[in-house]
Amino acid sequence: MTTLIKRRRIEYDRWLRLPAEAEDAPREGDVIVPLALWRARGEVLRWRYCSLGVWLEGHEDPAAIERDLHVFHLIALRVGGFADGRALSAARLLRERYRWRGELRAFGDVGSDLLPFLERAGFDAFELREDENAEAALAALGEIRVQLPAFRRSASQSA
Amino acid sequence: MYRYDDIDQQLLEQRVAQFRDQTRRYLAGELEEEQFKQLRLRNGLYIQRHAPMLRVAIPYGLLSAAQLRKLAHIARRYDRGYGHFSTRQNIQFNWPRLEDVPDILAELATVQMHAIQTSGNCIRNVTADHFGGVAPDEVVDPFVWCELIRQWSTLHPEFSWLPRKFKIAVSGSVADRAAILVHDIGLAAVMGTDPDSKQSGSVPGFRVSTGGGLGRTPIVGHVIREFLLWRHLLSYLEAILRLYNRHGRRDNLHKARIKFLVKERGPEAFAREVEAEWAHLKDGPATLTESEVQRVAARFTKPGTDPDLTHQDAEFTLKKVRSVPGFAAWERRNVHPHKLPGYCAVTLSLKKTGVPPGDVSAGQMEAIADLAERYSGDELRVTHEQNLVFADVARRDLPALWQALRALGLATPNVGLLTNIISCPGGDFCSLANARSIPLADAIQRRFDDLDYLFDIGELDLNISGCMNACGHHHVGHIGILGVDKHGEEFYQLEIGGSQGAQAALGRVLGPALSAAEVPDAIERLIEVYLERRDSDAERFVDVVRRIGIEPFKERVYDYADQTSPDRIRPLAAAAG
Repeated sequence: MTTLIKRRRIEYDRWLRLPAEAEDAPREGDVIVPLALWRARGEVLRWRYCSLGVWLEGHEDPAAIERDLHVFHLIALRVGGFADGRALSAARLLRERYRWRGELRAFGDVGSDLLPFLERAGFDAFELREDENAEAALAALGEIRVQLPAFRRSASQSA
Repeated sequence: MYRYDDIDQQLLEQRVAQFRDQTRRYLAGELEEEQFKQLRLRNGLYIQRHAPMLRVAIPYGLLSAAQLRKLAHIARRYDRGYGHFSTRQNIQFNWPRLEDVPDILAELATVQMHAIQTSGNCIRNVTADHFGGVAPDEVVDPFVWCELIRQWSTLHPEFSWLPRKFKIAVSGSVADRAAILVHDIGLAAVMGTDPDSKQSGSVPGFRVSTGGGLGRTPIVGHVIREFLLWRHLLSYLEAILRLYNRHGRRDNLHKARIKFLVKERGPEAFAREVEAEWAHLKDGPATLTESEVQRVAARFTKPGTDPDLTHQDAEFTLKKVRSVPGFAAWERRNVHPHKLPGYCAVTLSLKKTGVPPGDVSAGQMEAIADLAERYSGDELRVTHEQNLVFADVARRDLPALWQALRALGLATPNVGLLTNIISCPGGDFCSLANARSIPLADAIQRRFDDLDYLFDIGELDLNISGCMNACGHHHVGHIGILGVDKHGEEFYQLEIGGSQGAQAALGRVLGPALSAAEVPDAIERLIEVYLERRDSDAERFVDVVRRIGIEPFKERVYDYADQTSPDRIRPLAAAAG
């Protein structure tokens, strides 16, 4: 099981994240559905669960869920590690343009050294990569404690 | 010089501690090679042919005497006693040990220096006009804006993991000395009117170009906005970077720079997309305020200059010295005009024959630091042509400074001339290179060692890159030389007609690649054609190429093409020997 860090604490993860190819979702529980499934079955799913989340691939545009944000309890974005920073733009868009205030979770290639960037872009929850340990990840979040003034002015002050 | 505040300093110290721990984890086997690679790159550390190479940032090329002394110390203690100034106004050390790098970074932090974002797919060190703040043709001092960009881009949470590296250059003058059109983003600081203000009158702003770059697919950038009010600088940069971060290609390393995205969408369409994205960001938290700009501007120290000093004050002394052999030539090539009448800027040529272009020994660095303190208000600049500049020299001090620089081997009067060669480190050091650059630069400098001849040839930029990554800017040299590999042997392809500046143009390939031995002869032939065909001394080599085309040059160089070896021109060497 992967470790979940939420708001800088290790937490139990009650959410089930469905794979990209999922065609339907279980009838109960807290489920994060892929965008494709949401698009195909959203009208059914939105009445079914007490807690529903959605997740997006790196190339998927957060604008696609703009009108549905009130339905979700959680948004997760797949992170491509050091090689792919698209999720960082998506996170800022969700926080700043679409005013998403709920949990914004990173999963995928989430290593501790990427965490400080993810957090400052607006993520507040992280499913750590299998080989990472939570203590190292929490330590990494505390390594750089200041931001340069010109950036602080432009930073997303999400939390 | 920008002086750090507490936050700038803390960031550096925390960054050093972070990298120390990352290096420890790597050496202990806790961090995988590929993961560590991305982290070390963002701290300027490459693994090179012989050893790691550490690239230290010199933001917009501005350096204090104290910082240069620290670089000398690092060269001596951790390296082999020298450093190499690069075309991006940075300095590179070619022989540090990986284990020492955290200590080196800690030492650099004590003089407000670092290696943050000097490599990796992120926003690199911002570069600028090396005559910033002093050039008579300057409209806006670029350094304050450069520093704001440095602060904004440092560890930027959204733009630190881009499809590819990203380079921004700023020029504030009529003449572009920062090669802004061959950068991912080029900013020309200009004066214009504020569309939101009821007051008329000029305020600073920027003409923004994007999609330029060298490398294996050289492209001259496109202007996407004629005037951007200073206040919107960072939000507009964010709009461009966001489009690039989201839509730039990540599947092909060679098509990942923003120039490919701009080309694919078309410059006009790309400009519209930027405007649409910017509409959301405009007037948001990234908007600069007067107090923010003032805060940064106030932390710049200016060399103490005497505004009452006049041009005439120095003339009496200078007249006498001009008869001393060498001085007049040096004054003509290496001394440049200054905003203030009694002052000038002086280029310290790092292009002495026999020394690799851009290389400086630790001893020279210390001596230069002393001279900077004495003659140029404690600071100096690194140019993208790999020379150094003292920007605030009183003209009456020129004779003394010339003597001192001559003794150090830094007064070669070749700025703007053929032997002022821009060259990457090449195959002697760089693991990417196809061919060596430094021995070729040396051979060319030796061939053109007659100063009168050099002066007669006049202005000529000769640039050498050891591979198509084009670190030596060969595409924008009047003569550009590219190292290529043919069946494991080094060959060199010649281009002519390129130029940097406001009229930036890319050179055209002359013909089949030549061997190293053939290159100096070929260049001599190019020069022959030029001297025969020029209208007057005022018509430069590159002007003649533009006027008559490359054919006459091509014919002369490949005149004796050897039929048995269509790939090369052996008889050239024979003819010379």
